[in-house]
Amino acid sequence: MRLNKIFKNTLLVLAACLVLSACATKKEVATDIQGQMQGDVYTGTDTVEYLADGVPDRVFFATNESILTTASRETLRAQAAWLRKNPNINVVLEGHADERGTREYNLALGERRANAAKDYLMTYGISSDRITVLSYGKERPVDSGSNPLAWSKNRRSVTVKAN
Amino acid sequence: MIKKILILLFIIIPINANALIEVDITRGNLNPLPLAVSPLSIDEKSRKGFEKILKKENIGSEISNIVENNLRISGLFNPLDKKAFLQAPDIANLKPRFEDWNLIKAQALITGKVNYVDDKLRVEFRLWDVLAAKEMMALAFTTVPNNWRRVGHIISDKVYERLTGEKGYFDTRIIYVSEEGPKTQRIKKLAIMDQDGANNKFLTLGNELVLTPRFNPASQMVTYLSYFKNMPRVYLLDIETGTQEVVGDFPGMTFAPRFSPDGKKIIMSFAKDGKSDIYTMDLENRIVEKITNHPSIDTSPSYSPDGKYITFNSDRSGYQQIYVMKNDGSDVKRISFGNGLYGTPVWSPRGDLIAFTKLHKGKFYIGVMRTDGSGERLLTENYYQEAPSWSPNGRVLIFYRETKTNSKGEGFSAKLWSIDLTGYNERQIKTPTDASDPSWSSLLSN
Repeated sequence: MRLNKIFKNTLLVLAACLVLSACATKKEVATDIQGQMQGDVYTGTDTVEYLADGVPDRVFFATNESILTTASRETLRAQAAWLRKNPNINVVLEGHADERGTREYNLALGERRANAAKDYLMTYGISSDRITVLSYGKERPVDSGSNPLAWSKNRRSVTVKAN
Repeated sequence: MIKKILILLFIIIPINANALIEVDITRGNLNPLPLAVSPLSIDEKSRKGFEKILKKENIGSEISNIVENNLRISGLFNPLDKKAFLQAPDIANLKPRFEDWNLIKAQALITGKVNYVDDKLRVEFRLWDVLAAKEMMALAFTTVPNNWRRVGHIISDKVYERLTGEKGYFDTRIIYVSEEGPKTQRIKKLAIMDQDGANNKFLTLGNELVLTPRFNPASQMVTYLSYFKNMPRVYLLDIETGTQEVVGDFPGMTFAPRFSPDGKKIIMSFAKDGKSDIYTMDLENRIVEKITNHPSIDTSPSYSPDGKYITFNSDRSGYQQIYVMKNDGSDVKRISFGNGLYGTPVWSPRGDLIAFTKLHKGKFYIGVMRTDGSGERLLTENYYQEAPSWSPNGRVLIFYRETKTNSKGEGFSAKLWSIDLTGYNERQIKTPTDASDPSWSSLLSN
């Protein structure tokens, strides 16, 4: 009887371990997707295009935020260096929001994000005359998905050559 | 673009009957009033006359169908099956046999007659109280035959008003944004239709992105946002002439426009250097006034019907909330304090409520609250919905709803929906394409 009970308990523990390890595996898969996001800011490169070698064209934002991340500042410094080397090129900064907000607020938020990028470029010596800000709000997503990863790709400011 | 529509309306018999029927539209109406809409009777000569011009076999039946449909979608009335009617339309219009109508449980009866007179459409109709065996109302209209749908809407409004004690909202139009194409590259056009979805017309071609059209409550002018030449600016459109003009001369994006209740001003946001503030422009003298001055985002302004106050959306507290201020920008008060984010406040034309969009725990709600923020009531919950616009009587809200896409990013759609203040009567409004950003006009006739 006693042995039997111990055996039963062991089985229960084993079963619990199995359940736990299953959970752990699931979590890993989730982290893989999360591997393209930090917090809820997109850190992947799927949608990124390049203005020149080593000069990514876009920066990403957290939900409802327009604060530049460390990676965003690095991208914008590369853009500023490229713009200084190419003084005849003007740019449009296109600010975007994800679909999880009201249209009018998102228009304002897109403008605020593009301006955050503009301000940073200006502190690195790019004249405001060379920069136009254009907000699209949530009107031009790059990813049509309805999930956190898609939304993170859509919260962006994209630097586009104007000429 | 759209010809000025004139309708001649004259009352033939003003009646002062003490009706027993009354419809309470403030409560959830789970027992809509049963009523019978008898087809409008028509003589053979008139029937043929209209068949020739309007290509409709029986214009009397067509008009009564419009009335029946309007009353049904209001959620307050239950139009009974015509097959159960015992009395012929022409005789019923002269003198209903009330016991017959009582037998099929109709509490009210609508009868009428259509005539073709001097190339004009003449319609008379009567509303009867079946239980009291009395005539409640009798009216006649004469108009050009092409206005036949509007006659149906006007009759619906008169019946609604007589039975509920409040103005109707059927002789109205909806302006909205028609949407087509993939989610990442939507083609958007301004479109207009009757409140019941008929007479849909496109007002722009889709060459540039257009958003948020709003009617002038005092006329058939529209203000909206256009990305013409990639410069998002507020425009004014005269839907009768098709004339368009940009509103003001702002060095940046203007958006979120609405008219003042008297139609003389446009109120909107202007975004510059990451800040959005609220401005007004007087359409007569072109004077621009800055109403808010704050480093936050201030947008989605909407006047109270007396023009003395403005409700708007701001993130000055850190997140999107709803505020009310005096029309000069003074005395700013936050009114939304519930959990979640609040946007798109719109003042009811009755003045008593503010409708809004709320985002809470990943769900979007359309709701209403009193103008001091008390009495918050959520009417509908969904994956995504926003931008409520009031019916002119302040009883129904129209808004748009978007669907969630699948794992491949497919299955996106945007549709117009309406819900009444009770929250029970929710309906999709059919449009030829996907649709968003609806705005309800005032009553075309008064």
